[in-house]
Amino acid sequence: MKLDREERAMRDGQRGPAREEAIRQQMAVGRVFDAEDFVEVAHVHLMADTESLGESGVEWLESIARLPEAERRVRVPTVTDPRGIDFCAYRRLKQEERMAALERRAIAAFESMGILMTDTCINYQSVLPPVRGEHLAYGDTGSTIYANSVLGARSNFEGGPAALAAALTGRVPRYGCHLDEHRRGTHLFEVRHRPRTWSDWGALGAVVGKRTGDYWSVPVLAGIEGAPTSDELKHFGAALASYGSVPMFHMAGVTPEAPDLASAFDGRPPPAAISLGQEDVDAFYASFGRHEDRVDVVVFAAPQLSLVELQAVARALDGKRVHPRTSLLLATSPEIKSAADRMGITATVEAAGGVLLRGVCFYQMYARELGEANGWTNLLTNSAKLVNIISGYGYRPVLATTEECIEAAVRGRM
Amino acid sequence: MTAARARLLTIRGHPGIGPKVTGEALVAKDDFSARYDLDRVKGVFSRPGHRLHGESYVGRVLVLNTAKGGVATSWMLREMSARGMGPAALLLNLANPIMAQGASFADLPFMDRFESDITDAIATGDRVTVDPVAGEVTVEAESPRAGRPGEVAGEAER
Repeated sequence: MKLDREERAMRDGQRGPAREEAIRQQMAVGRVFDAEDFVEVAHVHLMADTESLGESGVEWLESIARLPEAERRVRVPTVTDPRGIDFCAYRRLKQEERMAALERRAIAAFESMGILMTDTCINYQSVLPPVRGEHLAYGDTGSTIYANSVLGARSNFEGGPAALAAALTGRVPRYGCHLDEHRRGTHLFEVRHRPRTWSDWGALGAVVGKRTGDYWSVPVLAGIEGAPTSDELKHFGAALASYGSVPMFHMAGVTPEAPDLASAFDGRPPPAAISLGQEDVDAFYASFGRHEDRVDVVVFAAPQLSLVELQAVARALDGKRVHPRTSLLLATSPEIKSAADRMGITATVEAAGGVLLRGVCFYQMYARELGEANGWTNLLTNSAKLVNIISGYGYRPVLATTEECIEAAVRGRM
Repeated sequence: MTAARARLLTIRGHPGIGPKVTGEALVAKDDFSARYDLDRVKGVFSRPGHRLHGESYVGRVLVLNTAKGGVATSWMLREMSARGMGPAALLLNLANPIMAQGASFADLPFMDRFESDITDAIATGDRVTVDPVAGEVTVEAESPRAGRPGEVAGEAER
């Protein structure tokens, strides 16, 4: 890889051991993907929940935090993805003190590096929306696909250590979504039925993701008339990224790099269209079955909820009471939680027996131990992303609309 | 002493990451995510429906199709290795950045983009040597299997 003077200085250890290790890791990744050089990033979004980090990851962070300030500070604004512990709620959720202790250590290390603890995967809605053409290092698949597709910014999936490396070096290897050639459409989907609910949008994202294949594919959707909302695109993108490991999509006439179908394919002839209708979305829902006997936990998360989603859930819950054998959890960012507190949304949720969690997301908070401690197996959610992730943690997930989820939370079953 | 004869075949791929290593293969045509698929405490595949469900991956050369899912694998590979509960190497037909980043962080031997489908070329139980710098994987198979591309003449003594 071609290195400039500053990059060589980092590689040679002149900027301290953390930046040296960071850029050497980045160069190894760059060589795998044939990157010719680095590109500077405007900001970084860091996914580093303690469940993923483990003890060894936290120790590694602490080794960076012990370095002199000039060697440990991040070089560009760096914000964090959801954490594993909500300190206001973890005892209620029967999370263990060892988890909270590890979380505290990780936070102290991040803060000493100058990282902003935003604890959110909806940073593009709530913290700092990316700008078209901006190069970024984003660390959540949902935030990355939204930044690339809906906003026209440029980021690969940068997993935790890679995003932290980007924060320390201020750059990333230039490959994948940073290059025009990897942003062109590769698959075409003709959508015959516009999704209605958030879970429908997620289900459509899952269906497209399953048929798209891999990271280097860019699905293009045709047939969506008029702009979906931010939350609809959020659910669609998060599920697409989760099922397809896809970092980018185009929606002809909607997203900025696809004003029309031809632009999405950069003027090349599009491939044969795959037609998707209501039956494909219905089949996706049906593949999870229903929890007609018992629902243990209803989860609104993955991605964290916007203020608009929180308001909708609170309205549906208003005056109702969650069934004694069922738990109801919602997760949002600290900033949106403050807004929800201020606007009475939190009070409505809590009065109905729900728990509004701050700065965490369900699958990033030791979901296996959480399920075992609380006796949760049958899970209901409106998140197509969550149903994909959570079965590996010992849950039986079912996808349903927001209204069905609320109704089941109140009845204790579907 | 009888030396069992095993056929050697070499498969070329894109140069990868990490040191040269030899180990026993664990192979499936499924995709891979450490968060979605594994019980990392027990060291087994835990996702229902994954073809390796219940299989231990610890110390094995893990051979799968492509990367799927989220970003967490990039932390997890190093964390698994630090506890002695990681795979010996990871070979994929097609990786995403997360797998490469995770391998780089963990210094785990890793390669992708082979000249043929790596999940066909290697079978579970094969003894496999992964040389990421050279971009080569060498397989010692008990007996020749039909339809293995990239096979070269050669025999190894075991």
